[in-house]
Amino acid sequence: MPLFYEKRQLVTPGDLLAEDNYIAGDNTYEDNGKIYASRVGLIDYEVRKVYVVALKAFYVPFVGDTVIGKIVEVGTGGWMVDINAPYLAMLRASDVIDRPFKPRTSDLPSIFDVGDLIIAKIFAYDRTRDPLLTIREPGLGKIMRGQLVEITPTKIPRLIGRKGSMISTIKKETACQVTIGQNGLLLISGKTPEDERLAVMAIHKVEEESHTSGLTDRVTEMLRKEKEGVEHA
Amino acid sequence: MTSSPIVARVKQKRIVELVSSGKRLDGRGLTDYREVQLEAGAIERAEGSARLRLGKTEVMVGTKIEVGEPFPDVPNEGVLTVNAELVPLASPTFEPGPPNENAIELARVVDRGIRESKAIELEKLCVKPGKKVFIVFVDVYVLNHDGNLIDASAMAALAALLNTKMSNYELEEEKIKVKPGYTPLPIRNYPIAVTFAKINDKLIVDPWLEEEQVMDARLTITLDKDGKICAIQKGGYGYFTIQQILEATKIAREKSEALRKLVVKG
Amino acid sequence: MPKRKTKRKRLNIPQKKPEKLIDKNDVRIDGRKLNELRPVKIEVGVLGNADGSAYIEQGKNKILAAVYGPKEVHPRHLALPDRAVLRCRYHMAPFSVDERKSPAPSRREVELSKVIRESLEPSVFVEYYPRTSVDVFIEVLQADGGTRCAGITVASLALADAGIPMRDLVVACAAGKVEGRLVLDLIDLEDKAGEADVPLALMPNFDAITLLQMDGSLTIDEFEKVVNLALDGCKQICALQKETLKSKYVAVKEAMEE
Repeated sequence: MPLFYEKRQLVTPGDLLAEDNYIAGDNTYEDNGKIYASRVGLIDYEVRKVYVVALKAFYVPFVGDTVIGKIVEVGTGGWMVDINAPYLAMLRASDVIDRPFKPRTSDLPSIFDVGDLIIAKIFAYDRTRDPLLTIREPGLGKIMRGQLVEITPTKIPRLIGRKGSMISTIKKETACQVTIGQNGLLLISGKTPEDERLAVMAIHKVEEESHTSGLTDRVTEMLRKEKEGVEHA
Repeated sequence: MTSSPIVARVKQKRIVELVSSGKRLDGRGLTDYREVQLEAGAIERAEGSARLRLGKTEVMVGTKIEVGEPFPDVPNEGVLTVNAELVPLASPTFEPGPPNENAIELARVVDRGIRESKAIELEKLCVKPGKKVFIVFVDVYVLNHDGNLIDASAMAALAALLNTKMSNYELEEEKIKVKPGYTPLPIRNYPIAVTFAKINDKLIVDPWLEEEQVMDARLTITLDKDGKICAIQKGGYGYFTIQQILEATKIAREKSEALRKLVVKG
Repeated sequence: MPKRKTKRKRLNIPQKKPEKLIDKNDVRIDGRKLNELRPVKIEVGVLGNADGSAYIEQGKNKILAAVYGPKEVHPRHLALPDRAVLRCRYHMAPFSVDERKSPAPSRREVELSKVIRESLEPSVFVEYYPRTSVDVFIEVLQADGGTRCAGITVASLALADAGIPMRDLVVACAAGKVEGRLVLDLIDLEDKAGEADVPLALMPNFDAITLLQMDGSLTIDEFEKVVNLALDGCKQICALQKETLKSKYVAVKEAMEE
């Protein structure tokens, strides 16, 4: 039953993880019946599937993901959006403007201009073209206020926590709204800049220590300590 | 159809299948070279020249000798410089312009073979130590690219050097005065390059153009007249195992002897 | 080419060349044994802007590597429809060598950029990211022989640091022949004055050689021994590569457990 590592051990690309009838999960690949790691990370497995929780990976677009992006170009048919991925995404004018859209008379920059932030959903993506975005669902659209934080996308599940436990803790302790983009971009919106700062601190702590256990408790403790310190000052 | 560098997938498959069973599309064995045709001395204006055909690959090399300063760390030696041009008429894939990485790599691999085997007796090219030496320019001109430019260029360069004659001269107060008569360029070694392509874990020698487009990786081994290795260059995006490399050195030793006989007559 | 336009001479005269590079006890001028590597120190994640980066000191070599990508290719016409384009630039700083080197790319740098790219490419899953480019930059800040090998070692770490999926790490090391003896990891003096230098790069988990060059003069038997020496050097350096990649995370874990 060859599985060469224990759960949560650190592996590097090329490390032989398993052989004989295992399935290659995330951040691994199969060659000649053997499973190897393709990224640096912690090995884990479920029944016969072996995968690696990568310590660092960039975001690859996935249909259905909610992402936060920045408008970088206004074209004639829509906008090009930087979603922190290897590909620029496109938001078509027809997605935003209901009436039949005339390029000459429609003023696209007045709707979204270069530098604006939006929350959108990826509705189409394949290997042959750039991802397409939509803002037609509730909760999507231009971001008017808040702070943007970037973390490595592989840590998003850890940030959310089991049944949302981690993110709810942070939201509760800092009284902030946190919108999570699957592409590693987060929007923090709090009552005061100080609250937002605490939330950012907590998020970075989760990112840095994501591979350790007991994190939720330590984050709670850290936030409480910080809040006390501030009150006394 | 012919101007595209992309090999039709069906043909690619055929080449790979054949190689796996020990044969090649043009009927050659895995370790057979294409026919070599060599013509020396066609360019009278050059000090030496050679035109070589390896199958349909055609390369012309011309040598020129000039007078110049030696390198400061070797003040008593002449200077060798090799340049290669992949001129646009040789292939639809060659663009006009300064040498790109392929031309530079070609020149440097040919240079390495000549330089490391000490083929040219550079010590005999010193006119006045530290001040005046002869510079040997070897210019490789690819006329038609049908695969294996390295081996063709290396052989043609050797032939051109063997064909090179220098005017006799005497020194009159620091100036070189040409006298009648010629002396051949002093050559003491005969480096020959043998290039392999790896296709599906099989090694083939002297790949032609379409085999090159399909190969995983390329390995060139240059040997001198005593069977010693003087240059190696792996190219292409694949890899070799150490066993394949050692196997290649043995085949290369044998092939280089046969090729040398074609270039060095007598 | 050989005629220089202006006569320049370096101000600080470098040390005189030693008579012998290896003494009768097989000790080299830097005190090493024949089969000993220079001291190696590696770090990853050293640059803020690059997607991945790494730095190596190997003897007097000081080399930095950075990776940007995968990202959209510019200019667009260079994009490949079914895979990423891997681009590599090996470059030496003007102050990296004894005699100031012009910043313009030399023919040697062009050739090395090509062979280094070809040594890294088999390890990268380029087919996962069509129409993008992965750019690798190697800057030699100080050179003392074996820079292409150290450059490959550190470029591979920068690729891993950037989170780019790879089949294996790539590690490189050179071996050769100096004053009749077969040696590992030649310094510049040994390379210039020695009989042969063989740089080699390896994907260690597959024993796949992705870079192999040689200049000098070796019999076929000597060549086989030299290649095995280089492979051994590679295995030693690879252990250090893995340790470096893991150390960032091990340090955090250890701090937690205190």
